[in-house]
Amino acid sequence: MRTIDELIADSPTFAGLEPAQLEFIAGCARNEHVPAGTMLMREREPAERFWLIRRGVVALELYVPGREPLVIETLEAGDVVGWSWLFAPYRWALDGRTHGDCHLIAFDGVCLRGKCESDHDLGYALMSRFAADIIERLQATRLQLADVHGNVPTTA
Amino acid sequence: MTPSKVIEREHLDELFGALARRGYTVVGPTIRERAIVYDEISSTADLPIGWTDEQDGGYYRLVRRDDDALFGYAVGPQSWKQYQLPAEVKLWQARVDERGALVNVVESPHETPRYAFLGARSCELHAIGILDRVLHGARHADRAESDRADDPFIVAVQCGVAGGTCFCVSMNTGPVADRGFDLALTEIVGDTAHHFVVELGSERGAEVLDDVRHRDAADDDRDAASSVHDRTAAQMGRELDTTDIRDLLYRNFQHPRWDEVAGRCLTCGNCTMVCPTCFCTTVEDVTDLQGEHVERHQRWDSCFTVDYSHIHGGSVRNSTRSRYRQWMTHKLATWWDQFDSSGCVGCGRCITWCPVGIDITEEARAIRESERSPSDAHH
Amino acid sequence: MVPASFEVVEKRQDTADVWTLELMADSGEPFEFEPGQFTMLAAAGAGEVPISISGDPDKPERLVHTVRAVGLATEAICAAEHGQVLSVRGPFGRPWPVHEAEGADVLIAAGGIGLPPLRPAILRLLAQRERYGRLLLLYSGRSPDELLFTDEFEDWSRRGFEVQVTVDAAGEDWDGHVGVVTRLVRHTKLEAGRVIAMSCGPELMMRFLVAALIEQGVSSDGVYISMERNMQCGIGRCGHCQLGPTLVCRDGPVYPWPEINPWLAIREL
Repeated sequence: MRTIDELIADSPTFAGLEPAQLEFIAGCARNEHVPAGTMLMREREPAERFWLIRRGVVALELYVPGREPLVIETLEAGDVVGWSWLFAPYRWALDGRTHGDCHLIAFDGVCLRGKCESDHDLGYALMSRFAADIIERLQATRLQLADVHGNVPTTA
Repeated sequence: MTPSKVIEREHLDELFGALARRGYTVVGPTIRERAIVYDEISSTADLPIGWTDEQDGGYYRLVRRDDDALFGYAVGPQSWKQYQLPAEVKLWQARVDERGALVNVVESPHETPRYAFLGARSCELHAIGILDRVLHGARHADRAESDRADDPFIVAVQCGVAGGTCFCVSMNTGPVADRGFDLALTEIVGDTAHHFVVELGSERGAEVLDDVRHRDAADDDRDAASSVHDRTAAQMGRELDTTDIRDLLYRNFQHPRWDEVAGRCLTCGNCTMVCPTCFCTTVEDVTDLQGEHVERHQRWDSCFTVDYSHIHGGSVRNSTRSRYRQWMTHKLATWWDQFDSSGCVGCGRCITWCPVGIDITEEARAIRESERSPSDAHH
Repeated sequence: MVPASFEVVEKRQDTADVWTLELMADSGEPFEFEPGQFTMLAAAGAGEVPISISGDPDKPERLVHTVRAVGLATEAICAAEHGQVLSVRGPFGRPWPVHEAEGADVLIAAGGIGLPPLRPAILRLLAQRERYGRLLLLYSGRSPDELLFTDEFEDWSRRGFEVQVTVDAAGEDWDGHVGVVTRLVRHTKLEAGRVIAMSCGPELMMRFLVAALIEQGVSSDGVYISMERNMQCGIGRCGHCQLGPTLVCRDGPVYPWPEINPWLAIREL
């Protein structure tokens, strides 16, 4: 039975952090078993937590009236769900729903953010790791936007 | 209103004559296809004499009484709404010319017969007032008596028996009507006596009564009427706690109970058809095959249909959950913001006529109680 | 409520599925309206639909509608030719706060088919240019050939509007912005003083746009959006356009953001 510390340390996002940093982060974390269909986050609500997926899938959705919610990305084991807790105005930009039962590690984002503000080494370490995640997802989104399978922009 | 007169059972038919002579078409309760509905009636013989109704969630049966009471039942599937807002109305018809323009437009006349509603219950009087306000605005509802001369003549009946799904006491709409009628009758049926204790509600009510044999009411009569009223109030089949109900529902748009009721609701829309205050209508243009004639019809609609909330791309309320939530929160909560009153009068029809017996009082209770003990939210 | 007959006097195809129709009343009467209002429009027998008025409010002799053909009713309307008649009821709805915005900078944010309902406001603002501070138009579309009224942008620019256009994706011929409209907001330096924003477009776009505006310091009291729901009677009677307690045909379609915001957050309300 692995501890939260071990699970966090193993994830790509938190790999390479110092033991003391990992210990603090683990102190802001707890295991959660979340049933299918649970809304983890709703657009524009305060972003105070974030999650690391151990098992299961989380769907990021946009609600458009008159349509089924648009799933724009699904996140899986090893992915971090949610960055808005770290960046003002600290509000979710999307809806996030568990797609199937999930085992998650939930982090207290408010606590961790406060710690980053006072411990800049930890702050820099986390920022650079999240930045790497965000860049990877942004590039993926751009490719998604190019709609490679459908309409190709035509010249006028 | 203090009862002041008494009409003996054998003289009640004179009321029909008095109303007919003044040009009223009397509509009242009568039995059709094993239910008590509203239709044109011409004498007491048309009334459901000696019948009562047994009502529960998804259940309605007529059962014989052991007396000959004329009004010994609660309310049936129909309401007076069908006279205020008919189920289908042709608004206008026109010819369509070669340019596609409407020519020879003939609007349908607004004339309806001068109705006398015989047998309207307290909850129904409230419903008539609520629907009146929806259709014509607040100012219309507050008119002086002299301006109401064209409104239906109302002979109310104070309920002698409460239905199995009634909760007018909870909604403050009964069982005793204290206004909104021209005459109100409380039926007293005993071993030897059978008469109606009468309250005068208006000048034209008093004027009609003058044409019907009656005597002054005595204290005994008033006491007997009070007993009937008290007995009925104690017999309510359901209860609904209306404390802060608007805010309660506004706080709970995401409550899991909506998913739970969605597992039972068929979105058949029966509740909206039988509800005396549901007012949604839709309009349909009907043309002939060549497209040379067009008629515009208005008919009842229901928020339970998928198309009701259709916009480009699909319907806003696609799920059963969202449609049931819309109906119930509109009825109990948003109606307050729109019309300054509840939309529900506690008549119980939606409970009785729901094929699966969904009970609005039970749904409200489940949400309210889950706030008291959060663990109940997942039941 | 019998509709009035209006003849098609001019018709123009704007994009693959959008047409602009100019109508004149058979009665000869001008059709007075306020920017942001809509009519219930129909080709005889094909059903009425709510369509925003897209014409110049100071030229009411002609009633102008820009319509996208997406279903039976709108296809029938878009198929109407010169000399044919459409039926009109209206105008309905609460208009854009053009008058209330006097003295302020006005930012107009339109997405796709959301530009036509704002065009009357743009024209009114230009007609009374001296009463306003900066006038800005941020317009976003899916691709260059889906943009509307592009032939008027130069004129609007010349008369005092700062016009910026962006598309989701384009080819090399396009020398405008590519990206979502919220990026334009971030690049537009707005004075924290009085900015009145008016936005119309896909609801998703408006939600994110308003968040971006508020992040830039625009007061939410000064943000107005135009809502769409299933409007049928246009007079608040039939019940279809309800969104929580509000009736979009009567209390909207234009709403100040704080009034409509709580209801937008609830899915399938």
